[in-house]
Amino acid sequence: MISLAGRDIQHDWGKYVFTGIGLGLLIGVTLTMAGVYRGMVDDGKALLDNSGAELWVVQKETLGPYAEPSSLNDDAYRSILAVQGVSQAANVTYLTMQVRSAERDVRAMVVGIASGEAGTPGWPSYLVAGRQITRSHYEAVADVAAGFALGDRVRIRRHHYTVVGLTRRMVSSGGDPMVFIPLKDAQEAQFLKDNDAVLQSRRRTSENPAFNRASVPGLLDAVITSQSRNPYVNAVLVRLQPGYASDDVAGSIERWQRLTVYTRPEMEGILIGKLIATSAKQIGMFLVILAVVSAAIVAFIIYTMTLGKIREIAVLKLIGTRNRTIASMIMQQALGLGLIGFAVGKIAASFWAPFFPKYVLLVPSDTIAGFFAVVVICMLASLIAIRAALRVDPADAIGG
Amino acid sequence: MKRLPFQGRSMAFAAVLVALVALFAYVALRSGPLAPIAVTVATVQSRSVTPGVFGIGTVESRHRYRVGPTVAGRVKRLMVDVGDQVVAGQLMGEMDPVDLDERVRALDAAYRRSEATVREAELRREFAQTQAERYEQLLAVRSTSQEIVASKQQERQVADAALVATHAELARAGDDRAALVAQRKNIRLVAPADGLVIARDVDPGTTVVAGQSVVEIVDPSSLWVSVRFDQSSTLGLESGLPTQILLRSRRGEPLPGRVTRVEPRADAVTEETIAKVVFNSILDPLPPIGELAEVTVSLLATAPAPVIPNAAVQRVDGQSGVWMLVRGDLQFTPVTLGASDLDGNVQVRRGLSVGDRVVVYSAKALRARSRITVVDRIPGAAP
Repeated sequence: MISLAGRDIQHDWGKYVFTGIGLGLLIGVTLTMAGVYRGMVDDGKALLDNSGAELWVVQKETLGPYAEPSSLNDDAYRSILAVQGVSQAANVTYLTMQVRSAERDVRAMVVGIASGEAGTPGWPSYLVAGRQITRSHYEAVADVAAGFALGDRVRIRRHHYTVVGLTRRMVSSGGDPMVFIPLKDAQEAQFLKDNDAVLQSRRRTSENPAFNRASVPGLLDAVITSQSRNPYVNAVLVRLQPGYASDDVAGSIERWQRLTVYTRPEMEGILIGKLIATSAKQIGMFLVILAVVSAAIVAFIIYTMTLGKIREIAVLKLIGTRNRTIASMIMQQALGLGLIGFAVGKIAASFWAPFFPKYVLLVPSDTIAGFFAVVVICMLASLIAIRAALRVDPADAIGG
Repeated sequence: MKRLPFQGRSMAFAAVLVALVALFAYVALRSGPLAPIAVTVATVQSRSVTPGVFGIGTVESRHRYRVGPTVAGRVKRLMVDVGDQVVAGQLMGEMDPVDLDERVRALDAAYRRSEATVREAELRREFAQTQAERYEQLLAVRSTSQEIVASKQQERQVADAALVATHAELARAGDDRAALVAQRKNIRLVAPADGLVIARDVDPGTTVVAGQSVVEIVDPSSLWVSVRFDQSSTLGLESGLPTQILLRSRRGEPLPGRVTRVEPRADAVTEETIAKVVFNSILDPLPPIGELAEVTVSLLATAPAPVIPNAAVQRVDGQSGVWMLVRGDLQFTPVTLGASDLDGNVQVRRGLSVGDRVVVYSAKALRARSRITVVDRIPGAAP
């Protein structure tokens, strides 16, 4: 049996393929948009994965440290370590700021990590080059997305840091690359302003008669020293001992340490449900519209393609071709177009995704869902076209 | 003629389809979860590491003198200024004596008066002595009464006592004066040692309280760096170890030094151990006191043991370990880490042996079933 569809395609295969490619680019855009949405959610999850924590201890009644500012004393971790079920607790600070290198500056999330060895909560979990931080000051590990190279000297506030390691996919929920620096430096960077501001604040203190008292030598120095310290961190990251439920330990820390504790599902809820909710919905809305538009365009293309052959179909009918044969021809062509389009779309999306400034995550399940959606849309569109084709009067072949 | 172009067309169409399928397969296998993860691999070697401790500190002076008055008063004059060299015993300034000089003069007069009183008492005693002797002789020839002689003898004893009292009074006046003169000397601000003036806190005319510093002197030959080390890395830190001191003003020019003392008391709040590091030679010019310095202490080299880069250490299911490559498959091996150096090499106490191949860098987080491809460098990571 000869394939009518194949014959027809071969008759004008260039047009058919180009239609398919055009359709494919449209599908590619839709897949990419889905990837952008997934990437956003994944950025949020990456932030949680990277911290390596099972519990986040933050200032009481805040949604910190990512969604709201939170600060707690840097010795709070000691009492948290004493809570039953806690295996590791480490201070961490987060500060989104501009990090300057020699010729440019990058928006980055500066993470202050507690001293220790690799695997301490908050440390980058894997590297792509260089080494982890070994000195307790002035070394940095940066995400490759920041564009720094090993050995670069970057400036954070008034100190210079040497980039000793590079990592990948260590991003904030906003997609900013992370720069890891030792905790003490980060505390200072978070708190200490520029030198002018420090001087001004000293002058202000020294002009306050309550602090600058001649009868109490040394009082002013003591006050200024206490002012230029920052004993605060943004959160304590906690890892649990095996066999302890995170809710139980969280409850006991909340109850006895008077702090707020979030577990991983709660933190995901905060990040995805609150922090990126609006932008994710925005993208989601756009994705829905794009999908509908793509479906409509696919339907129109197949419909017009069939209408363009209406005279040939009339001839086929005239020579007594069965309706089933005509219908299957149209259906096969529509599906073929859909398959070409899907393949082109997937290829295109995979090739251009890495060039996006923010992460685009092409999830296989999205791809599979996209495949079935394309097939279903093509089938539905071809049904309309088939209906039009079957209703054609064979007499048109002679009449028109 | 008619078949060939038709076949040509189907060939072209088939070629396009094949290309498309091939590209699709390539994309599906090379990106996404099915794609192999690029990793770099290192072989565990046995060698010793030289652990280092890194800390920052400030330049300080071991001997620091804050000179000021011991009683409240007003500064009268100051002869030295910041940057001046002084020698021990040099007069640097003086407090306003107010009425001290007058009081010394008054005590001088009181002293002279006491001397006159002594003289008077001596004369009285001499006369009483003479009188007593004379009446005693008269009594011997029975030309006076016993009673009168007794009275003259008593007068002599009174004069004796009066003389002792005036002598004591004279001594008191002398001591009073000496005390005041000592006080007068005390308001002079004298350099207690050779040194450099680093602060002149007040100017003449200012009233200062007792104990307030007026001039501050340091001994330039006793400069050292007070360094704070993170407590978690100070195992093995002891006095005598060689160090490299990098002053903030002399970047790229490390100065040799050595640890002279590890403070027995650490900072419990900042979780730091404090040590004092001295320069091997006296610097010229002197670095300003308070300048920031980065100090690297080299500890003793350890015995050879299996060494891996610290980038290889990862944490999986609550355990520190490395991804080991066993016959091309990934296998997570928990390890116990030992000494490490500042270049990122860490010794493994337990878990690995020499010759094992471990994953150092990976393009993504690894799992036991990840497909991997071993490369020299992770693509996209600048060297």
